[in-house]
Amino acid sequence: MYTLPRSLKLFSIILVILGVLGIAYGFLTTPKTVEEVKEIMAAEASHGEGHDETHAAEGHDGSHESNFVDTARGEEGYAERAIAHEKEAHEEAHGISHEEHVLHQLQTRPWSATFVAAFFFMMIALGALVFYAIQYASSAGWSPVLYRVIEGVTTYLLPGSIIVFLIVVFAGTHFYPWQDHELVAEDKILQAKSGYLNFPFFLVRAIIYILGWNLYRHFSRKNSLKLAETNDIAYHQKNFKFSVFFLVFFLATEATMAWDWFMSMTPHWYSTLFAWYIFATMFVSAITVISLTTIYLKSKGLLPFVSDRHLHDLAKFMFAFSIFWTYLWFGQFMLIWYANIPEEVTYFILRIQQYNVLFFGMLILNFVFPILMLMNSDYKRIPWFVVMAGVVILVGHYIDVFLLVMPSTVGHNWHFGIPEIAAILFFLGLFIFIVGTGLSRVSLQPKNDPYIKESENYHF
Amino acid sequence: MSSHYEAPIREPLVIGEKSYHDISVDVGAPVLGKANKSWWIVFTISLIAFLWGLGCIIYTVSTGIGVWGLNKTIGWAWDITNFVWWVGIGHAGTLISAVLLLFRQKWRMAVNRSAEAMTIFAVVQAGLFPIIHMGRPWLAYWVLPIPNQFGSLWVNFNSPLLWDVFAISTYLSVSLVFWWTGLLPDFAMIRDRTTSPFQKKIYGILSFGWSGRVKDWQRFEEVSLVLAGLATPLVLSVHTIVSFDFATSVVPGWHSTIYPPYFVAGAIFSGFAMVQTLLIVMRKVSNLENYITVLHIEYMNKVILLTGGIVTVAYLIEYFIGWYSGVPYENYTYLSFGAATGPYWWAFWALIICNLIVPLTLWVKKLRRNILWTFIVAFIINIGMWFERFDIIVIDLSKDRLTSSWTMFEPTFVDIGTFIGTIGFFFVLFLLYARTFPVIAQAEVKTILKSSGEQFKRLRAEHGDDHHHHVEV
Repeated sequence: MYTLPRSLKLFSIILVILGVLGIAYGFLTTPKTVEEVKEIMAAEASHGEGHDETHAAEGHDGSHESNFVDTARGEEGYAERAIAHEKEAHEEAHGISHEEHVLHQLQTRPWSATFVAAFFFMMIALGALVFYAIQYASSAGWSPVLYRVIEGVTTYLLPGSIIVFLIVVFAGTHFYPWQDHELVAEDKILQAKSGYLNFPFFLVRAIIYILGWNLYRHFSRKNSLKLAETNDIAYHQKNFKFSVFFLVFFLATEATMAWDWFMSMTPHWYSTLFAWYIFATMFVSAITVISLTTIYLKSKGLLPFVSDRHLHDLAKFMFAFSIFWTYLWFGQFMLIWYANIPEEVTYFILRIQQYNVLFFGMLILNFVFPILMLMNSDYKRIPWFVVMAGVVILVGHYIDVFLLVMPSTVGHNWHFGIPEIAAILFFLGLFIFIVGTGLSRVSLQPKNDPYIKESENYHF
Repeated sequence: MSSHYEAPIREPLVIGEKSYHDISVDVGAPVLGKANKSWWIVFTISLIAFLWGLGCIIYTVSTGIGVWGLNKTIGWAWDITNFVWWVGIGHAGTLISAVLLLFRQKWRMAVNRSAEAMTIFAVVQAGLFPIIHMGRPWLAYWVLPIPNQFGSLWVNFNSPLLWDVFAISTYLSVSLVFWWTGLLPDFAMIRDRTTSPFQKKIYGILSFGWSGRVKDWQRFEEVSLVLAGLATPLVLSVHTIVSFDFATSVVPGWHSTIYPPYFVAGAIFSGFAMVQTLLIVMRKVSNLENYITVLHIEYMNKVILLTGGIVTVAYLIEYFIGWYSGVPYENYTYLSFGAATGPYWWAFWALIICNLIVPLTLWVKKLRRNILWTFIVAFIINIGMWFERFDIIVIDLSKDRLTSSWTMFEPTFVDIGTFIGTIGFFFVLFLLYARTFPVIAQAEVKTILKSSGEQFKRLRAEHGDDHHHHVEV
């Protein structure tokens, strides 16, 4: 039996409290009026250094933004027109001044900061649940010893998904311009999409997702524990069936979830691969957290039945899905870059120009680093090595979620400051607390699983 | 690779009271025996189809591409459809031999050899099309970046058609090496078992002097693992690059970012369907039903279900985003309301029925384990996946941006004849293979006999897992 150590419990509570304070600070310090925004902008202009360079360089007219595509193609004016059109559509055409636009972005910042961290930790629990379902559906012989650990990680799904649900429902126009009726009234494209992008349907969909995911988590855990208690194989067979149907349900809802919560932040933009790209991020982060949790519990001597071969396998999954993520990242990026269709490229132009270091730096963290670190098979059995790689992967995928949300909601008014850090602390604390409590409820040794002996005797 | 213990809940992979010797005899039998009448009949038919196709190819090249049904709007039709179809079929072989090796799926051992053979023969067929669909195929060598006397005029590396050249040629060579490496112990087995001096000589050459020492086996396993690790990204990237042929363009319906993973899933889907089609017949005629069991067929059906499910979701995403984009041109793409009701409605519905609806029957366990039904479904999927490529290519091209260029495509007998020719060629190769190569990786099957063989599972059930039974094998 695992018990959440007092020190760790205290640590997580401190994180939560610090996080709450920081998040509250973020919400309370947003500018309330256009005048305040003007002051901030004036103050920033007088700095004229460091981070503000990007702002100054790109300015109001978007001249810098246009360069990327044009220089890449060796043509003039192609992307420029698209950007100008985009800008017009957003500002002048709607009678919104630049300051109002900035005001809106600044007010959105604490929302976005909270959402990025909230989703990041929720997707870890969800991804772990998918991994769990795959183990059942594929009758895996190596992983049953890890079932309690994975179930522990998925404990966070219920609170995590409820928080994410509340954020996306109450964020309103902070995240989703299509919820702004005035904007939609003037925008033919958004009107055409209103059959899908309307609030009641959005709400219903979100309810279906979190209900479906949590029900599977609830019943699979229940059956798994019943199996250990009663040694009745029927519970295993039930779980097998549930897992298969959950995977089907997940495959469908994950796509619509990605469109609803992320793609519709820039409602003019679309990409068919987008949903699977988010899945890759989710999955690799989840496997990484499963590995880290396993290593932690093993270091406490609580998982004597888990050997370094299991760790090796987990590390292989981290390695493989890091590459898989990169494959999808590249597939989406390259195709849009290559075809250079104006309505699609704006998505990447924003990210490359305003988030350049993060955008490409993420590739080093998510791809170059893991591929070099985890290639060697001996290293994959060394716990501290896997931990090191895992931390890098998690940081990289946090940045990935950050880049999904921030450019679409706060644009170039992004910072990495108190609201962002506080949100990470809050959700990290919550995650540790809930997962720790979840792990400490039952024995960590799964019993009576038909494959458990295979898993315990596992060699390769 | 694998431990000797296996959960009793797992069904046996080798049926009957087989010993190591039995495996060698069963696998060697088709090679060491003589072809029967029906083999010669099928071989003759395939050969005729092949020669007919060869005639069509020679006619095309000597007369001009105009003998095909292509027009100014639809410059790609059956040629590239068949190309993508054949490449896609090839992918199952690498998936079975490489990806399933990485996932330590023991059931792959009975099917990997034939699946890899299928890969190689399918890629050979695919490789014909990029050459013969050229207007000037005799200048095909210009696609290679070789120093030359035109001031060293090089290729432009920006074209996915050039990436295709590298992808397909790499794929073929790596698959060939991977396959041949696995064949060494099996060729050696034939070499040692045959009584004919001629066969001994031939298989002696083919087996590269394999003597099966411990060090050899150790290296053999390492090489297999490394090649599997390399072949897995290769298999993903090859069909990704094939998908780039379309996705990098700006043609509505072609330009879609989901294409890379979606094409790969479709390739595995169609490839497994072809493996089923071939192996269901082969297990029967070569008496290999104890090795390629109903369980193998069920597992492959599950892979078909999974990849078919992924493809289905991709169809729905394509359809949805086509609408969501709000781009009016998207209404004429291969998965749109316009396509479902337009002049190519039959092609649209052929795709939906063959790929989306019929495979759903495999969710029923009884049907999944029904060999005849599996054969029928697999055949339908092969047709459906041909239509998928046809729809993507032809429907999307037939109604592009300018209405003044809208047109239809009508294949000529040369289009059809060339396709039939490649099917003939494929079967010529496969039939020759089935008579001269050990169609089951007997060396690998022997490694799982004690853990997954029916009699050993029974012995363990009777005497317990740790009982050391003495059975002559």
